Amino acid sequence: MSIEGQIKKPKKQMAFIDYYKLLGLSKTATDKEIKTAYRKLARKYHPDLNPDNKEAELKFKEINEANEVLSNPENRKKYDAYGKDWKHAEEFERQEKQYQQGGRQSTYGSAQQEYAGQDYSDFFESMFGGSGGSFNERRSPQFKGQDFNATLQLSLNDVYTTQKQVLTVNGQNIRLTIPAGVENGQVIKIKGKGAPGHNGGPNGDLFIKFHIDNHTHFKREGSQLYQDVELDLYTAILGGELMVVTFDGKVKLKVTPGTTNDTKVKLKGKGFPVYKKEGSYGDMIITYRIKIPTQLSKKEIELFKELQKLQAQ
Amino acid sequence: MKDQSMIPANTLCLHYNIEVSFVTALHQMGLIELEIIEQDPFIRSDQLSDLERMIRLHHELHLNLEGIDVVVNLLQRERKLRLELQALENRLRLYENH
Repeated sequence: MSIEGQIKKPKKQMAFIDYYKLLGLSKTATDKEIKTAYRKLARKYHPDLNPDNKEAELKFKEINEANEVLSNPENRKKYDAYGKDWKHAEEFERQEKQYQQGGRQSTYGSAQQEYAGQDYSDFFESMFGGSGGSFNERRSPQFKGQDFNATLQLSLNDVYTTQKQVLTVNGQNIRLTIPAGVENGQVIKIKGKGAPGHNGGPNGDLFIKFHIDNHTHFKREGSQLYQDVELDLYTAILGGELMVVTFDGKVKLKVTPGTTNDTKVKLKGKGFPVYKKEGSYGDMIITYRIKIPTQLSKKEIELFKELQKLQAQ
Repeated sequence: MKDQSMIPANTLCLHYNIEVSFVTALHQMGLIELEIIEQDPFIRSDQLSDLERMIRLHHELHLNLEGIDVVVNLLQRERKLRLELQALENRLRLYENH
């Protein structure tokens, strides 16, 4: 059977929006005329000027669409050539080129003639989708490959420094640099590392979601780290020094006399690395939890009573 | 009492990419209310939708301040008339049903 014999005439007529007509312009309208016509109609149909008017809202959308196409010289050129389906112009041109390279020019030529009277939407529908037949099969559209999703489990210690890892996804080895400070639940996209595209279409993308386990005693919020530090009653009252563990070592802290429970101390730059800002760190917030002695000796109780008496005086 | 949040005008201007002078001019024309707290202008959150509408009118329809003033006043009048019309229609329907 010849190719022409298998082409079915589309039954449905696509609603074609004539952007020029919509803006009340001719095809030879200048940029200035387009701008003026758009502004005039936008003032008439703007939703803020027509509250609760669905018709005006729809019209405004159409006017915007028309302006989007006609005010951009490249888009306008495509629209003039392909009508409503101007957005598929590049795809169409690519298909056309491929088809011609396949040596089917003469057959296609007659098919094109048959469609000369149709509007472009139907024409494009027959080219890119919908009604079957070998014509469509030979000229099947390009599709982007499937996207892959992967989860990468790391510990908080891992993401304190920039990591280089090799992942194997669908048989492909992917060398990945994970910047320090990556967040739990954060997703990174690696373009083109998904499934291969169909008919020469682009590859899908790979999305890697980070799952970060925190086995430390620090609480993390972005680049801020939080920890509670126990402080004995005597140091809290009299002041002193205290060793505190941070992510990159120990720090000696000076405790001021009369420190109360829940006092917060900020250690600048001792928090977590800021994502993609090399050398930049958040802060560590320390909250003092004062430990009240519970098992006191007889002597200690006597001394506390003495203190109590002194307070009462 | 319902909580009323106040947003610093500077923050809003940054967000909407407008000049603070635009907001103060709207205030001077009586189109929005500004609260001055420690010398900084603040906008009440219930005024945000009005402000957004005026920004749209300014950006999308290229209306100047006087144009916005006219439009806002006419819209208010139109809304009032629509409500009146609705009330009258309801009353009329009451008589027609009898």
